[in-house]
Amino acid sequence: MLPKWFNDWNSKNPADIYGPAILVGTLGGAVFVAIALVTLGQPYKTDSMQTGPRGTGMSVPEFVTEVKMADPTIEAYYTEEPYLPEGGETLAKDEYQNVQVLGDLTVDNFNRLMNAMTQWVAPDEGCAYCHGDADLEDYGEDNLYTKVVSRRMIQMTQNINEGWDGHVNANAQVGVNCYTCHRGQNVPSDIWFKIGPTTEATAGWAAVQNRVTVQSQYTSLPSDALETFLLDYGRIGVHNLESHVAEYPDEEGVTTWQDTERTFSLMNYVSNSLGVNCNFCHNSRAFYDPEQVTPQWSTEQLGIGMVQEINNDYLVPLKDEYPPERLGPVFADAPKAACKTCHKGYQQPMQGLNVIADWPELATTEAPVYASAEEAAPAEDDTAEAAADDSAADDAAADDAATGDDAPADGDSN
Amino acid sequence: MKYPEYQNIFTQVQVQGPPEWGMDIESAERERGTWARFSVLVGWMGNAQLGPLYLGWTGMVSIATGILALNIIGFNMLAQVDWSIPEFIRQLFWLALEPPSPEYGLTIPPLNDGGWYIIASFFLLISVMSWWARTYLLAMEHKMGKHVFWAFGSAIWLFLVLGLFRPILMGSWSEAVPYGIFPHLDWTTAFSIRYGNLYYNPFHALSIVFLYGSVLLFAMHGATILAVTRYGGDRELEQIIDRGTASERAALFWRWTMGFNATMEGIHRWAWWFAVLTPITGGIGILLTGTVVDNWFIWAQEHHFAPMYDGSYGYEAYGSYEAFIGQGGD
Repeated sequence: MLPKWFNDWNSKNPADIYGPAILVGTLGGAVFVAIALVTLGQPYKTDSMQTGPRGTGMSVPEFVTEVKMADPTIEAYYTEEPYLPEGGETLAKDEYQNVQVLGDLTVDNFNRLMNAMTQWVAPDEGCAYCHGDADLEDYGEDNLYTKVVSRRMIQMTQNINEGWDGHVNANAQVGVNCYTCHRGQNVPSDIWFKIGPTTEATAGWAAVQNRVTVQSQYTSLPSDALETFLLDYGRIGVHNLESHVAEYPDEEGVTTWQDTERTFSLMNYVSNSLGVNCNFCHNSRAFYDPEQVTPQWSTEQLGIGMVQEINNDYLVPLKDEYPPERLGPVFADAPKAACKTCHKGYQQPMQGLNVIADWPELATTEAPVYASAEEAAPAEDDTAEAAADDSAADDAAADDAATGDDAPADGDSN
Repeated sequence: MKYPEYQNIFTQVQVQGPPEWGMDIESAERERGTWARFSVLVGWMGNAQLGPLYLGWTGMVSIATGILALNIIGFNMLAQVDWSIPEFIRQLFWLALEPPSPEYGLTIPPLNDGGWYIIASFFLLISVMSWWARTYLLAMEHKMGKHVFWAFGSAIWLFLVLGLFRPILMGSWSEAVPYGIFPHLDWTTAFSIRYGNLYYNPFHALSIVFLYGSVLLFAMHGATILAVTRYGGDRELEQIIDRGTASERAALFWRWTMGFNATMEGIHRWAWWFAVLTPITGGIGILLTGTVVDNWFIWAQEHHFAPMYDGSYGYEAYGSYEAFIGQGGD
């Protein structure tokens, strides 16, 4: 194959070509990789968010490529500024039949909200999703479960924004509206149902764990954590707060390592829901110690209380309204919410997008307060108080809004 | 490429021939199993000869009860996935035979809530203990020291603390460790968290020191012997009683490197004690947890070795979320 002269020459001049070849290949490869890294950049660069004092290792690391990528559902978000009432407009309760919750809205604002809800919850089905194929004058009828449920959901949204201001507006005004959970879907993603025993062959502790379930976030930890803590008000803390306590695991009320696994299951669920790690809220060397937690821990405490209320006061009682296909696969229970239903893997739902500024109707269980008064709410301790005292809040709101907008820029300079 | 024989990952020279049967005594055939053969694959990593294997009564009992224990665990897992082999394979790492629920204390629980666990543990205990006896009896027959027996005993100490001594002191079999891949790791995490962070348990710390120390010593010793194999350093026993240039060079290397060297004999005492102390100290740490100390972090604070750190908590003290995700603020 090769010319004869080459083979002759080659056989007369034996040389070890493998040694140099490996050397050149290795060095050449290293140089190539080094140049690629310098010119093209590190593809797996990480950034981290410090959450505690230096030396404690408290930080939340993220891949830069992921953290800079905006939540794709933000782009599809629909919103519309309110029509400021000037007095004298016809109210929805006077114009339409059977308006139980939003009756004090002007007709324009009522229809503005109805339209937005359609965009948020049933963009494909439109008005008919709740009102059926009826004529406009029959829209007051409660024939469909979707309408009954959505009325209760409006009340829930108002209650969340008003009563759980400390959670949903913890760092800045963010709030919630229908889109926070629904994201354009009839049924929000990341809802959950009771699952019951994970095996038929076992009883007791063995029957609540060690299976790949959504409820356990695909771990072997207990699958009943959401049910125990976010529905049944179970005790989350497991620690003794003294170095020694005379108690035994078979006694009633003594927390065990099994209880710890269940708490761990909940905490793992929260971490996944927010896309964070333990250090976002805790100093992991002493999980229980309230002196070593971050402010996010308090926000999370409120969040747990909020979810318990959402489930017990709003979602579970709707069980009889739903058709069978909306109920849980094992116990035919009502769909329930938890952290991930809103957060969807982000520290703040839709990465902190303010979804309440345009929707004063959803911000309070009282009559809505228009103009910029509700923007003052996050600066106050109590939304209702701010809403009631609206003339004074007006002025404060203007100031707060101005400083509030500048604040992130200041924060970023370091 | 020409590499000397001793610079290889695998053993290059394999001795194969008539199998070595040991001392030719009358009972040899009966005692030493039925076969002995050679394997090239095995020869790459050790002696190419496989067998004969002496089981004896202790070995037979150990293997029989061990197989029973493993099968009880396996069939319990299989029952949990409704006897579906594909699901068994798919969820194998998630499945476990769990200890009883806490309320049963030290009583015998129902089979489906820890009863099978107790039975499997009982067989496992017999299996391990008779294998332990075997290491003693075989060493005795060979007129050897009982070093392997005691070393295995230190591991058994930790095994017994986890599954027998501590559950009894805690008054509940539920404290034992689940038999499962992920579930036993869940136990480990939950155990540490429940008792206020095991890293503040000094015996846990000691155990880590000896564990990592064992690894370091193993690497140092292995490297040293391989490095002086060209001078006959791999014939360690001969070097112990008749020190040659291999030992001299190895000793000089370490003395010049760090001012101290172990001896050809002493390095094996170092390694043995480090290895043995790992489970001994670890077992003490586990035994004290939940019995004497219920919150190691608070215990550490009381004994002044858990310093508090100055500084703010919460990411807002170090920047804003908006800036971190590259929105607003930028």
